[in-house]
Amino acid sequence: MNKKKLRTKDIVNGAFTYIGLILIAILCAGPFIWLLLSSLRTGANIYDLHFRLADFTFSNYIGVIQYMNLGKYVNNTVIITVGGILIDVILSSMCAYPLATMNFKGKKVIFGLLVATMIIPAAAGMIINYLTIAKLKLLNTLLGVILPGSVKTFSIILMRQAYLGVPKELIEAARIDGASEFRIWWKIMLPSIMPSVSTIIIFDFIGNWNAFLWPIIVLQDPNKYPLATALQYLNGSFSYKFGYVAAGTIISILPVLFVFILCQKNYIEAVSGAVKG
Amino acid sequence: MSLTKTMVSHKKRRETKTAYAFMTPALVIITLFTIVPIIGSLILMFYNYSVLGQTKFIGLQNFINAFQDREFLIAIKNSIVFVVIVPIIQILSILLALFVNKKIPGISIFRTLFYIPVVTSMVAVSIIWGFIFDPHGVINTMLMDVGWISQPLGFLSDKYAAMPCLMFITLWQGLGYYMMMYLAGLQSIPSELIEAAKIDGATNFQTILKVKIPLLKPYIWLCTLNSVISAIGVFDVVFVLTKGGPNNATMVINYYSYVKAFGDFQFGYAASIGALQAIITSMLSIAVFIYGKKGGMSNNE
Repeated sequence: MNKKKLRTKDIVNGAFTYIGLILIAILCAGPFIWLLLSSLRTGANIYDLHFRLADFTFSNYIGVIQYMNLGKYVNNTVIITVGGILIDVILSSMCAYPLATMNFKGKKVIFGLLVATMIIPAAAGMIINYLTIAKLKLLNTLLGVILPGSVKTFSIILMRQAYLGVPKELIEAARIDGASEFRIWWKIMLPSIMPSVSTIIIFDFIGNWNAFLWPIIVLQDPNKYPLATALQYLNGSFSYKFGYVAAGTIISILPVLFVFILCQKNYIEAVSGAVKG
Repeated sequence: MSLTKTMVSHKKRRETKTAYAFMTPALVIITLFTIVPIIGSLILMFYNYSVLGQTKFIGLQNFINAFQDREFLIAIKNSIVFVVIVPIIQILSILLALFVNKKIPGISIFRTLFYIPVVTSMVAVSIIWGFIFDPHGVINTMLMDVGWISQPLGFLSDKYAAMPCLMFITLWQGLGYYMMMYLAGLQSIPSELIEAAKIDGATNFQTILKVKIPLLKPYIWLCTLNSVISAIGVFDVVFVLTKGGPNNATMVINYYSYVKAFGDFQFGYAASIGALQAIITSMLSIAVFIYGKKGGMSNNE
């Protein structure tokens, strides 16, 4: 009797838990779902909340791709995102290698300097970087967008930590076999720290894909804008074309969402691991 | 003896050469775009550097001007008001973390859903909420359908409502992030501790208050610190939705410094505002840190 009573209480508790979870989920994901539904229809009152399945159409997606040249913005975003990731992964992992495995002059100074750059803020970082990019004649180029944020101190320190975990014998054996340091790095060390590399790729992917402010500053030609920047621009100038902006926004969110859901375990562990580290 | 010594030093010299060959490309980029900006900012703030006109050293004049600049003072006030979201967001995300720290079917799907706003770009988030808060937007349409209001409410165009709306959007986007942090903290608590408390007759509520929250302390201080820094630096949502308006109601330091730099091209003045922002941020961070230490953050953070 008593046991049965307990069961009912558990079921009621469970039901309330799920109702609570669903309500919060609606609050968090609801706006996205509303945007998705709105992007799938055209009509006079886009804010009308009565959705009918029969009205759904992809015409906004076709419109935003055809008339607003969305493909071009996607292309720019891909170049900026992939370019940034490649530079960060290759140069940071090269830089971290001697910091973890070699004994050289100035090691402590370099490492200290790297850590210091993570703590000290640059009060006018964007202005100075703008002036530097202008000096390098990289204004209005995608390289000018990519370069300043490409190599991250965080990546170097993360990869150095990972290299420290690779067995010393592995490197020694390769050195005795006469392998060059570059070969050792490329063939032995880099493959051994793939988990850290993938963490950096995920972080960089989300960060680079979503960046919008620096591109506005560097690029004068809106044709070179990445998606996020272009959306901000389109939202300002074509706000009456709500359906297009909605479709463009959905297109810009999907890749990040896809990567996040695919790698969420790794990503979340890395995010929360920063506290323990 | 001396032979081994020369060999060691020879080896070290060779290793130094290799090491710098590996590090140089990354170090060049970091020097150019991270170290130069740190040093450059320190210099720039004492000059009246702008794209047009002569550049000259003006000492503390930029800072003196800042404190006589009415708009700047409004921006400081607004940025400090914005920090109000820090305790709200932290309390809500702790509650949320406690709520999702259950082993029930489907819980990871819910956690993922709560995290989606975090990985979405602030531009997309702002565009969505812009449509929701619009005078012809979702909320107004709903309220007018029900018949509660006859005139649409201008959420983002009202000088009292605009700031709370931006704070709400920021809170909405950040909640999932801090929830995950606290969840990691909760899951690092040894289950024996909770069991022991239960055996001693503690209720669920007492376990949370006396066992879980105290053990979360290092996480609470770190998240608060994080949250303070991003609240003082709030930018994206202002940039996309209100541009500091209406009538400076949402003008915050970071956006003001941007306007001065890339709107008015007063680079020196913008740098000094950035420096003041950095000073305010570090003062608040130190306050949080000291308060956290007093509150018993004995674990090394």
